Amino acid sequence: MDALLLARIQFGFTISFHILFPALTIGLASYLAVLEGLWLRTGRKVYIDLYQFWIKVFAVAFGMGVVSGLVMAYQFGTNWSNFSRFAGGVTGPLLAYEVLTAFFLEAGFLGVMLFGRERVGPALHFVSTLAVAAGTLISATWILASNSWMQTPQGHEIIDGRVVPVDWLKVIFNPSFPYRLVHTVTAAYLATALMVGGVGAWHLLRGNDNTRVRTMLSMALWMLLAAAPLQAVIGDQHGLNTLEHQPAKLAAIEGHWERTPEGEGVPLILFGWPDMAAEVTRYAVEIPRAGSLLLAHSWDGQIPALKDFAPEDRPNSTIVFWTFRAMVGLGVLMIALAFWGLWLRRGGRLYARKNFLRFAVAMSPAGLVAILAGWYTTEIGRQPWIVYGLMRTADAVSPQHSTGQVGFTLGLFVVVYLVVFGAGTAYGLRLIAKGPAGDEADRPAWGGPGETRTPMRPLSAAPEDDDAGAANGRAETVKEGDRDGH
Amino acid sequence: MGIDLPLIWAVIILFGIMMYVVMDGFDLGIGILFPFLPAKEDRDVLMNTVAPVWDGNETWLVLGGAGLLAAFPLAYAVILSAFYLPLILMLIGLVFRGVAFEFRFKARAGRRRWWDHAFIGGSVTAAFFQGVTLGAFLNGMPVADGNYAGGPFDWVSPFSLFTGVALVAAYALLGATWLVMKTEGRLQVRMRSLARPLAWLMLAVIVAISIWTPLAHEAIARRWFSFPNLLWFAPVPTLVALVTWRLLRDLRGDGHASPFVLTLALLFLGYTGLGISLWPNVVPPGITIWQAAGPPQSLGFALVGALLIIPVILMYTAWSYWVFRGKVRHGDGYH
Repeated sequence: MDALLLARIQFGFTISFHILFPALTIGLASYLAVLEGLWLRTGRKVYIDLYQFWIKVFAVAFGMGVVSGLVMAYQFGTNWSNFSRFAGGVTGPLLAYEVLTAFFLEAGFLGVMLFGRERVGPALHFVSTLAVAAGTLISATWILASNSWMQTPQGHEIIDGRVVPVDWLKVIFNPSFPYRLVHTVTAAYLATALMVGGVGAWHLLRGNDNTRVRTMLSMALWMLLAAAPLQAVIGDQHGLNTLEHQPAKLAAIEGHWERTPEGEGVPLILFGWPDMAAEVTRYAVEIPRAGSLLLAHSWDGQIPALKDFAPEDRPNSTIVFWTFRAMVGLGVLMIALAFWGLWLRRGGRLYARKNFLRFAVAMSPAGLVAILAGWYTTEIGRQPWIVYGLMRTADAVSPQHSTGQVGFTLGLFVVVYLVVFGAGTAYGLRLIAKGPAGDEADRPAWGGPGETRTPMRPLSAAPEDDDAGAANGRAETVKEGDRDGH
Repeated sequence: MGIDLPLIWAVIILFGIMMYVVMDGFDLGIGILFPFLPAKEDRDVLMNTVAPVWDGNETWLVLGGAGLLAAFPLAYAVILSAFYLPLILMLIGLVFRGVAFEFRFKARAGRRRWWDHAFIGGSVTAAFFQGVTLGAFLNGMPVADGNYAGGPFDWVSPFSLFTGVALVAAYALLGATWLVMKTEGRLQVRMRSLARPLAWLMLAVIVAISIWTPLAHEAIARRWFSFPNLLWFAPVPTLVALVTWRLLRDLRGDGHASPFVLTLALLFLGYTGLGISLWPNVVPPGITIWQAAGPPQSLGFALVGALLIIPVILMYTAWSYWVFRGKVRHGDGYH
C-alpha cells in the first residue's frame, strides 16, 4: 500500500458517498418544484401533501450532500496538491463559479423553502423552491464542465508546467461536456423517479392506499417512461463521444483486445472476464458484428482495441467492463418497468398488480446503483490519467504525505461516513415508511381493482412514541411560555 | 492592463473568510454553548435560531477554498498540505454538526442525546481546529520547489493551540450575543449571564495574542512597531477597550442586538490586525500573493463572476435573514 493508492481509495470512497446525495437533491428539488407548481395551479391538496412529505426527505439528503461536498472541496488540496497546482487555473475558477452561482443560491433559499412557508407568501415560497431547484442544476453544470474538461481537455495551453486557460468557452464546452451533463442530470431524475415510485409501490403493497400514494407512483412512472428510453439514446451518444475522444476507455469497456481484420466487423462481448495480465477477455459470450453496429453504427466499422495502447496507458478493463454492464443492465430494467407500468395503466391495474409493485420496490435503489456504476466506468476508464493525456494520476498526488497520514485520515473518513450516512439513511427510510400525511377524509381510495385487499393498519397511524412525545413536549413548552407572559 | 488581479482576489478572499468567521462563528458558537443548556426545549430553540441560515453561512468557507484554488493554486496546494490533519479534523467536525441539524429532530428520544453530543463535539472540534490552523498559519510554513516541505505535525505549537482555544472562546461569545438577540425571557437572561464572563475571556485572549504574536514572530513585530505603521495601529487597542467596555455595559442593561454587533466589531478588529500582520503574504513567511497567483486568464475570468454575483448573493442572503427576523420561540421550526 502506498500513499497514492490510499489517496485514490480515499477519493473514491468519499465521492461515492457524496455523489448519491446531489443526485437525489437534483431530482427531488425539481420534483418539489413541480409539486408546488401543480398545487398553486390546481389547488389540489394532494400536491401540497406530497410536497410536505418529500421536502423532509429532501432536507436529509441535502444536509448530507452539503457536508460530504465540503469534504470534496478541500480534498483536491489535501491529497492532490500537485493536481491543484497544475490544473487549478482551470478547475479553480469553475469551482468558484459553482460556489457563486449555485451553492449560495441553494443555501440562501433553502432556509425559506424549509422554514418560511408561514413567513412569505405562496408566490415567494414557490420562487424559493424554484431557486433551490435551479441551484442544483447549475451546480451540476459547473462541476460537470470541470470533470468533462479533465476527461476531454481543450482550450488551454501548458506554460511553465501548469495549465493556462486560453479560451474559456472551449474549456467549458469541451467535447464530452454536453453529453456528460445531459446523461448525469437525466440519471439524477431517473434515480429520483425510481425512488419516489418505489416508495409509492411499497405503501400500496402495505395496503396504505390513498390518493397521495397513487399520485406519487403515477407521476414517477410518467417520469420514468419519458426519461428511461431517452437515457438509452443519450447514453449511446455519449458512448460515441467516448469512442472519439477516449478510445482506450471504450476499448476497456468493451473488453476488446485485438483489432479485427478489415471488413469483418467487431463482435459485441456480452459477458466475459477481461484479464489484464494475459491481455485477453476470458469466457467471452459474443454477438458477431454487434460491436460495429452499436459503436460505429455500421456493419463492419472498426473500434480501437486495448492492444493499440501501451500497457501503462490502459485503464483496468476488468472493472469497467462490469461496471458498464451493471449500468446498462439496470437501464434496461428501468425501461421495462416504465413500459410495464404504461401497459398496466389501462383499466387502472397499475395500483393493484402485486408483481408489478414488487418490481417497482426492488428497482427503487436501481438508479443510485446505476449512477455509481456509471461513475466508476467513466472515472476508472480514464485512468491512468487524471487530466486526460496531460497529467497522470500518479503525478497528481500530494508528494509529502506518508502512507500513515493518508491511511489514518482514510480510516477516519470510513468510520465517520458509515456512522453519519448510515444514520442519515436510517432517518430517511423512517420518514419514507411513515408516508405522506394528509386529511383522513381523502383516504383511502378503496374500490377499484385493488378491492380485495384487506384493510390494513395505515402506517401513518403507527405509534410514533418519539414524535408524539416530542409534539406533546413542544405543546407544553408553548403553554409554559404563555404563562411567563411572552 | 493595470489591474492588479491578485490584489483584488486577495481582498475578495479576505472578505469571504471574514464573512465566514462572522456568520458561521455564531452558529458554531451555539454548539459550543449547548452544554450550558441541557433542556431539550431550549436546545430546540437554539438550533432553530440558525437552522434557516447555517447552510448559507458555511458556504463562505467553500468560497474561501474555491477562491484560493482559483486565484492562488500554489497557496491552496501548500496550505492544504501543510494543515492536512487539522483541516480534515475540522471538516469531520463540520460533518457531524451539519447533519445534527436534521438528524436530532428526527431521532428517537434516546438517540437524540447522541446527536446533541455530535453537535457539541463537532462545533468545538471545528472551531478549535480553525483556530489552530490560523495560529499555525501565522507561524508560517517551509516551502521548497513550490511544495510544502515540513512534517505532518508542524502545526502543533503552544501558540497555535492557544489560538485554537481563543477561537472557541470568540465563537462562544458570538453565539451567546446572537442568542441574546434572538431569544427572550428566561433563555435570554441566561445568555446575558453567560456572555459577560465570555466577554472578559475574549478581552484576555485578545490581549494575550497581541502580546504573544510580536514576541513569537519577529517579522510581524518589525511591521507593528515601525513608523508610520505604529500610528495606524495605535487606535486598535483603544478601540478594543472601548468596544469591550460598551459590550459589558450593554450586557448588564437591556440591549438586544447591540451586544452581537459589538462582538462583531471586536472580531473585525482582531481580523484586521491579523490581515495587516500578514500582508501581502499568502503563504507566510515568504510567498506573496503575486508569487502564488494563478494565470491572469483564470483570475480575470473568475473575477467577472465574483464582482457581478457577490453583491447579488449579499442581497438575497440579507433578504433571507430579514424573512427570519425577530425572536425565536419554543415550538418554532418545521420539523
